[in-house]
Amino acid sequence: MGPVPAGVLQLLALVGALALAHVPLGSSMARVYSSKRHLRVEKWIYRGIGADPDSEMTWPAYLRGVLAFSAAGVLFLYLLQRLQGVLPGSLHFASVDPAQSFNTAVSFVTNTNWQSYYGEQTMGHVVQTAGLAVQNFVSAAVGMAVAVALVRGFTRSRTGELGNFWSDLVRGTLRILLPVAAVAAVALVACGALQNFSGIHEVGQFMGGSQQLNGGAVASQEAIKELGTNGGGYFNANSAHPFENPTPFTNLFEVFLILVIPFSLTRTFGVMVGSVRQGYAILATMATIWLGFVALMMWTEFAHHGPALQAAGGAMEGKEVRFGVGGSSIFAVSTTLTSTGAVDSFHSSFTGLGGGITLLGMMLGEIAPGGVGSGLYGMLVMAVIAVFIAGLMVGRTPEYLGKKIGAREMKLAAAYLLVTPALVLVFTAASMALPTPGHSMLNPGAHGFSEVLYAFTSAANNNGSAFAGLNANTDWYNTMTGLAMLFGRFLPMVFVLALAGSLAAQRPVPESAGTLRTEKPLFAGLLVGAILIITGLTYFPALALGPLAEGLA
Amino acid sequence: MNNSVTHTARLLGAGLRALLALTLLTGVLYPLAVTGVAQALFPGRANGSEVKADGRVVGSSLIGQRYDLPLKEGQQSPSPDLKWFQGRPANGLGANTLNTRYALLLSGATNLAADNTVLVRQVRDAKAAVVRDNSVPGHPVRASDVPADAVTSSGSGLDPDISPQYARLQVHRVAARNGLSVPQVEKLVTDHTEGRTLGFLGEPRVNVLQLNIALKNLVAEH
Repeated sequence: MGPVPAGVLQLLALVGALALAHVPLGSSMARVYSSKRHLRVEKWIYRGIGADPDSEMTWPAYLRGVLAFSAAGVLFLYLLQRLQGVLPGSLHFASVDPAQSFNTAVSFVTNTNWQSYYGEQTMGHVVQTAGLAVQNFVSAAVGMAVAVALVRGFTRSRTGELGNFWSDLVRGTLRILLPVAAVAAVALVACGALQNFSGIHEVGQFMGGSQQLNGGAVASQEAIKELGTNGGGYFNANSAHPFENPTPFTNLFEVFLILVIPFSLTRTFGVMVGSVRQGYAILATMATIWLGFVALMMWTEFAHHGPALQAAGGAMEGKEVRFGVGGSSIFAVSTTLTSTGAVDSFHSSFTGLGGGITLLGMMLGEIAPGGVGSGLYGMLVMAVIAVFIAGLMVGRTPEYLGKKIGAREMKLAAAYLLVTPALVLVFTAASMALPTPGHSMLNPGAHGFSEVLYAFTSAANNNGSAFAGLNANTDWYNTMTGLAMLFGRFLPMVFVLALAGSLAAQRPVPESAGTLRTEKPLFAGLLVGAILIITGLTYFPALALGPLAEGLA
Repeated sequence: MNNSVTHTARLLGAGLRALLALTLLTGVLYPLAVTGVAQALFPGRANGSEVKADGRVVGSSLIGQRYDLPLKEGQQSPSPDLKWFQGRPANGLGANTLNTRYALLLSGATNLAADNTVLVRQVRDAKAAVVRDNSVPGHPVRASDVPADAVTSSGSGLDPDISPQYARLQVHRVAARNGLSVPQVEKLVTDHTEGRTLGFLGEPRVNVLQLNIALKNLVAEH
């Protein structure tokens, strides 16, 4: 069998596995967020927080919970890194400097996991496991909580209540993320991923002498890094490192972990709004875009255009032999269409168009299927916009899931839509206009511009992958990408929760003959079109200067 | 005003307490439990898949190594020891810049773009070297025979594998340098070629360290 059919078979196997997990995981997540019962350990935690998990919150209260928890997370993670030099169990690594500590703290709390540091020589055991890996769990749980709050906005009427943030946070972490991550971590170790707390140690070499390797709780972090669509690697090479991703099987398994919650949440949504077919329409939209992108990526990577790749006879620069071009293409698309940003191959060395596909994936707003939670709420905002466009065409007041999409809802959706492009384009333009930020570029010409565009696209969309040639450990990039991550995460959440509150306050509109059937394929098609057109109009000029100029040269 | 300050402080306190409780669960108990299970069930793999030969650890089967001659005076980088099978180039490995008391092995890719002239030169030079090193009298290697993995750096810079094509391309050279027959070395490569998992996952590959250990044993027996 050639590499192309093998790549296609891997894709089919992945689709099969995701389909098998879809209904059980999606429905059980709906139960988790709807259940009235609390586990004993959850009750202890609520007592510790001093929160009543059964009290309902309005959208501002819910938002305050999100912001307070995230602020505490940034503060704690910042201090942990600043104090690393004196913390025990830190391999005697020095404290991280302030700008980089800020950047990294924000990065992990916002589910971005952009890394301007070398994992293996910067972060000791304590920061990795008790700091970074914890945010891998809880930032994902925050994303899911906000998504569930938005879904409740659609299902509830004449109330301002969206549920309880603390309860959603704790349940998402304990009942969904923790059990799946634990099983996945053990499976990764079984295939060769590292899991120990040994220090830096000498390992003999074939030709004599020795090499210094670090140990670490790698598998346990790797599992939640993918499952929570986080993406921050234990090692600099991220999931290309054999200790994080040792075999072709773990490679596909990690892609599965990345995609399984975002795709299954459409089922959760369908169950919660009382019509699984509404969930299928959203799922079909996500799957169409994802499959289309994977097909495009495989095509361009197997064709390996570009002088260096032509000279080499294949697009293997920055790719591992065990994954090959097929496995690397599936991973690259899945990590950039979600908010993951883990990489098993280095996007900067992809073909010009392949690099452009990873960029475009993030520019779509990471909604196909998107990050855990953030993918669902991002897609629902796009659905609101698509419904509005359809309403304009037929001259009817748009409605979605029995709720009117009025002026207030549209303003919030539009504000949501504008935040990330504004951050990406303004910060990229500033970096190009100022004299020094350009010095960080590794590659000349169009690709150098793509590195900067990629950095801010990745930060503002909370992805975290990079055209890693860019030297991002400068005060400018640490600060500006830090701000892009903060605004790119929390401003959209403000608009989503406000939208949820506004929807929950409405009374439901009875369905009529003129109601747009949002569970039909026609609507999924309209939604795909709306997403591509809106993103295309926003980013085309920037893409033309970077990857298109490179790819078509 | 005062009221909102106390309110904010109270909320931040709740956030911090929630974080600490969840840190205990996901940042302490979870990694310890996974480590316990991993160490009990798969100690070899959890500790880095170390490989022994002649009673001594010679590396990890997951981490690629260099098989070079000692650095000669005036040389920038050491020449490959052509007795042994060679792995992929690693032009993007990181260097210790922090915590310089260690000489840690760092991972990394070149991140050079497909149209970067530096990368084009690296690839061309690597291809010329592969052709030169592997051409033995009576068995010239053509540039078109050289597979892509032989002339490109991997994502991690620590790729433990090469493609079976690259391993086969080295057979005549390795046989000649070690005084072995070509079929003997060919058999060694065939025995160490791992196909796609389940027939379709990943790409066929040859672990260079395992192959060289087997080669060393074969030479010793000979």
